Amino acid sequence: MKFTQPVDSNLFDDAKVVGKPMQRIDGPLKVTGTAPYAYERNDAAPDALYGYPLGAAIGHGRITRMDAEAARSAPGVRAVVTTLEIDPLEKGINNVARLFGGAEVQHYHQAIAVVVADTFEQARAASALIEVDYEEGTPADLDLDAAFERMQGTGEPDTLVGDVEAAFRDAPHVIDQMYHTPAESHTMMEPHASTVDWSDGEDMTVWTSNQMINVNLKSIAATFGIDRERIRVESPYVGGGFGSKLWLRADAVLAALGSRAAGVPVKLALPRPMVMNNTTHRSATVQRIRLAARADGHLTGIWHEAAAYCLPGGRGENPTAQTPIFYAGDTRRVKNHVVDMPLPETADMRAPGEASGLMALEIAMDEMAEALDMDPVQFRIINDTQVDPANPDIPFSDRHFVECLERGAEAFGWSKRNTTPGEQRDGDWLIGHGVAGAYRGALVLPSGARAILDGGKLIIETDMTDIGTGSYTILAQTAAETMGMDVADVEMRLANSAFPASSGSGGQFGAPSSASGVYAACMALRDKIAGNLGIEDASFNGGRVTGGDTDMALSEINEEVSTEDAIQWGDFQKDYAMGTFGAHFVEVGVHAYTGETRVRRMLAVCDAGRIINPITARSQVIGGMVMGVGAALSEDMALDRGRGFFANHDMANYEVAVHADIPEQEVIFLDTLDGVATPLKAKGVGELGLCGVAAAIANGLYNATGIRVRDYPLTMDKFIDRLPAI
Amino acid sequence: MRAFSYEKPADPAAAAARAAEVEGAKFLAGGTNLLDLMKLEIETPVHVIDVNGLGLDEITETEEGGLRIGTLVTNTALSADSRIRRDYPLLTRAIAAGATGQLRNKATTGGNLLQRTRCPYFYDTNMPCNKRKPGSGCGALTEGAFSRQLGVIGTSDACIATHPSDMAVAMRALDAVVETVTPAGMTREIPIEEFHLLPGDTPEQETALMPGELITHVRLPAPVGGTQEYHKVRDRASYAFALVSVALVRQSDGSGRVALGGVAPKPWRSDAADKELPNGASAVMSVLLDGARPTEENAFKITLAERTLAAMLKEA
Ligand SMILES: Cc1cc2nc3c(=O)[nH]c(=O)nc-3n(C[C@H](O)[C@H](O)[C@H](O)COP(=O)(O)OP(=O)(O)OC[C@H]3O[C@@H](n4cnc5c(N)ncnc54)[C@H](O)[C@@H]3O)c2cc1C
Ligand code: SF4
Repeated sequence: MKFTQPVDSNLFDDAKVVGKPMQRIDGPLKVTGTAPYAYERNDAAPDALYGYPLGAAIGHGRITRMDAEAARSAPGVRAVVTTLEIDPLEKGINNVARLFGGAEVQHYHQAIAVVVADTFEQARAASALIEVDYEEGTPADLDLDAAFERMQGTGEPDTLVGDVEAAFRDAPHVIDQMYHTPAESHTMMEPHASTVDWSDGEDMTVWTSNQMINVNLKSIAATFGIDRERIRVESPYVGGGFGSKLWLRADAVLAALGSRAAGVPVKLALPRPMVMNNTTHRSATVQRIRLAARADGHLTGIWHEAAAYCLPGGRGENPTAQTPIFYAGDTRRVKNHVVDMPLPETADMRAPGEASGLMALEIAMDEMAEALDMDPVQFRIINDTQVDPANPDIPFSDRHFVECLERGAEAFGWSKRNTTPGEQRDGDWLIGHGVAGAYRGALVLPSGARAILDGGKLIIETDMTDIGTGSYTILAQTAAETMGMDVADVEMRLANSAFPASSGSGGQFGAPSSASGVYAACMALRDKIAGNLGIEDASFNGGRVTGGDTDMALSEINEEVSTEDAIQWGDFQKDYAMGTFGAHFVEVGVHAYTGETRVRRMLAVCDAGRIINPITARSQVIGGMVMGVGAALSEDMALDRGRGFFANHDMANYEVAVHADIPEQEVIFLDTLDGVATPLKAKGVGELGLCGVAAAIANGLYNATGIRVRDYPLTMDKFIDRLPAI
Repeated sequence: MRAFSYEKPADPAAAAARAAEVEGAKFLAGGTNLLDLMKLEIETPVHVIDVNGLGLDEITETEEGGLRIGTLVTNTALSADSRIRRDYPLLTRAIAAGATGQLRNKATTGGNLLQRTRCPYFYDTNMPCNKRKPGSGCGALTEGAFSRQLGVIGTSDACIATHPSDMAVAMRALDAVVETVTPAGMTREIPIEEFHLLPGDTPEQETALMPGELITHVRLPAPVGGTQEYHKVRDRASYAFALVSVALVRQSDGSGRVALGGVAPKPWRSDAADKELPNGASAVMSVLLDGARPTEENAFKITLAERTLAAMLKEA
């Protein structure tokens, strides 16, 4: 199915299943501990042995010697594969550092050996017996601030509209500040894990934890130089990914090599310390933001220049992602610099770009509102735009940012807040309120599915993943709606490379893309059923197909009917800017003596088109808000600048938010529909919930204390000297 | 984790004797610290002596009017004991501020005192660490290293780690006494003040215990009364070690006791600083933290300690 024009009316207009709250169908499996996760595929690979990885002990350099004799002769050990025995493997899609092979060490904890043994403890103990000598690389300059200083003003701007310098010269109100966001780790609960059967070195089966099956399949094929047809990848349950499982990682590669060497299936999970330094993370950023405004609050200049780092050939974080498009403004200059640094690999983490960009931009907006003596809600409303500011002929497909702000202000009681910083107290706590805007692009990707009607049951097969997001449930709802059937009669089969390729899960494109793919497959199935029965204008309702003289239950169709289709996206979408929008409101308490900062109340208002399932969508948004609390207040991968690695590489030291950090959370979804975005008029929402949260908290901290902190996380060491005297 | 042998001795004296006899032996109590460290091969005992079931799990009253806590009393049981809650609320508050319910159910009194530092370089066997591997250097004191959580006072050029326990800070403020049995079968008493050692040139030596010596009890003197508070400051609201913690006992005449956690290799208290309590937080800290040598990253702990005490004094 090609999506060639905006939808006006279709079967979702009077939806009976889509848009309704429905508990996730995989919930019981998860709460009873019976969902088969990658490391526990005892059902599929009961005889799998245990693999354990060894990571490099230096920031970068070369391995000069490895001696694995002691490991090989340790109790229970079946095989040891060291990186020196293997030529550097080819890289998979979006892999920057190689995952294994060769003497070069590109970053700390890069995998350099795998041990296979009868028990986990034997494998782990043996891995510690491998001796490695290194030649350390020349110490690298890991100072991102200095790099920004060097690069500032260089290179072609990514976006340039009008004469920014002139705008800043002429404007009555200008702000110009530096902002810092730290490196962040995805820190999902389930580490990267795979069980691989490559026992005979021929066909390979990979039970893994991955967000994009088809990409993973291609990457494995490329990495090992084998035909895709000989590989099967399954990832039916994923214990969180947040982007860290988009691309092939070392767990699957090491398990495969271990399996081939030992001649048995092997399972391997990355130990938590390796998750932090072996896999990917979000780059730290340095951002300079300059805003110019007229006295009436209209922005006349937006100037955003930033820097992030990556390994040579990588991408880094682009915190300017939202700046070309989020707010109106007469002139604009946007530039992101990416600096090569020999640090662990940077890649996508939930809302890559916008998450760290809005952490800065939305503080800047608060600062400008204050400079204008204007309510920050009102200031954002004034600077709303319904077109792409750089290309005014391109309208937003559907944008209700203003309504998000207005509804949120109303529901939160914004007008009742204290507007003079530092003047509201609750005992020892200074109380403040903050607002921030949220924006995240609404990307869609091609996505396929197979729909099979078999004895009154509908089976949907697609390689789409459910990374804890609710794909099983919303795709079943979409299929049931399209076929006029009951959700209970739909069986979902996901995340298997034997099924049609989908968008996969990431970039909040998963839900809208894969639901459209399932819709396409089901529409094709309807056509085929109608064709088989010779009906012209068939309608599908209540588990029956009717039309002409026919009125029969789908369960009466004895022959299995199967179709496969995929959604393809027409060029017309390029005539629109597509995004999702939101507003976050928070109440923050800052201890007047210690500077401990705790969030007391949170509200998000989201504009993301049709909400396919309010329960799973709300879970996504509140999960994003939780992540935003961590980003604001505690998450910080601590870089050892001398050694070039992240020193706080476990969950005791890298502090994500815990239950006690999370207050009452409220989410309001605007009742919007975006017929340009997808046939369901739905967009993604999984990343929107994170965007802007941290800045709302920073703005709340300012309102509470009168102290502007522009350097995340907002820990007391950065402002305790500026708290009220004792 | 290295392979190890395991035994369950018959009584405390036998446990101590065996521990001295077998080189590289370790006692196992709740296991919440030892097992984690063994998994990472930071601790590599060849022999594990399980002291559970030795009957050291009761809290009894002493003749002086205090309490005698068996080393195997769990943190949960200790903090919930009605006598502790009534007469030593500081201890209850400090324990409840640590770890999680599940961990406190397993953690024991002696084990808690003996938990090891949370220095990230101690935890990474690829890194130099004088405490883990004497003579290898201090990973946290090199240029550009991460030292935000580490100690500001009582540290040395060899090691700036902190002792991470919350319970121990309260024990220090309450003048607890550690009772032990030596490998020779003798009992011994060690005031908590002398129990933990400063690192000096030998950060691997952390306590006054001799090889094989087993903690049997921790004794609390008669209750000191007053208002007792424990304020633990951390970046997130729970499940994190203290950046700074303050244990305060305050009498109605303004006198009292102050002990700090999160700043030093041992619970940090001094008589001279206690005497300054009537003069306020700043007076106390200028004595208690005199001679502090923070790193650039953790200098804020000095201000934080003073401000935390100020908040508590205002409340008390
Ligand atoms: C995730 C996590 C978070 C935590 N958070 C906190 C926190 O916030 N605050 C806090 O204070 N603590 C915290 N802890 C630490 C916890 O309090 C300790 O792990 C616990 O108290 C140790 O007691 P245990 O009985 O389990 O000791 P074990 O692990 O059994 O033993 C610890 C050490 O003591 C020795 N030992 C045990 N008993 C004796 C004895 N009778 N005589 C001589 N030697 C003995 C052992 O040989 C070992 O060396 C945390 C721990 C974890 C894992
Ligand atoms: S501070 Fe102490 S524990 Fe930490 S690395 Fe240095 S010597 Fe080791």
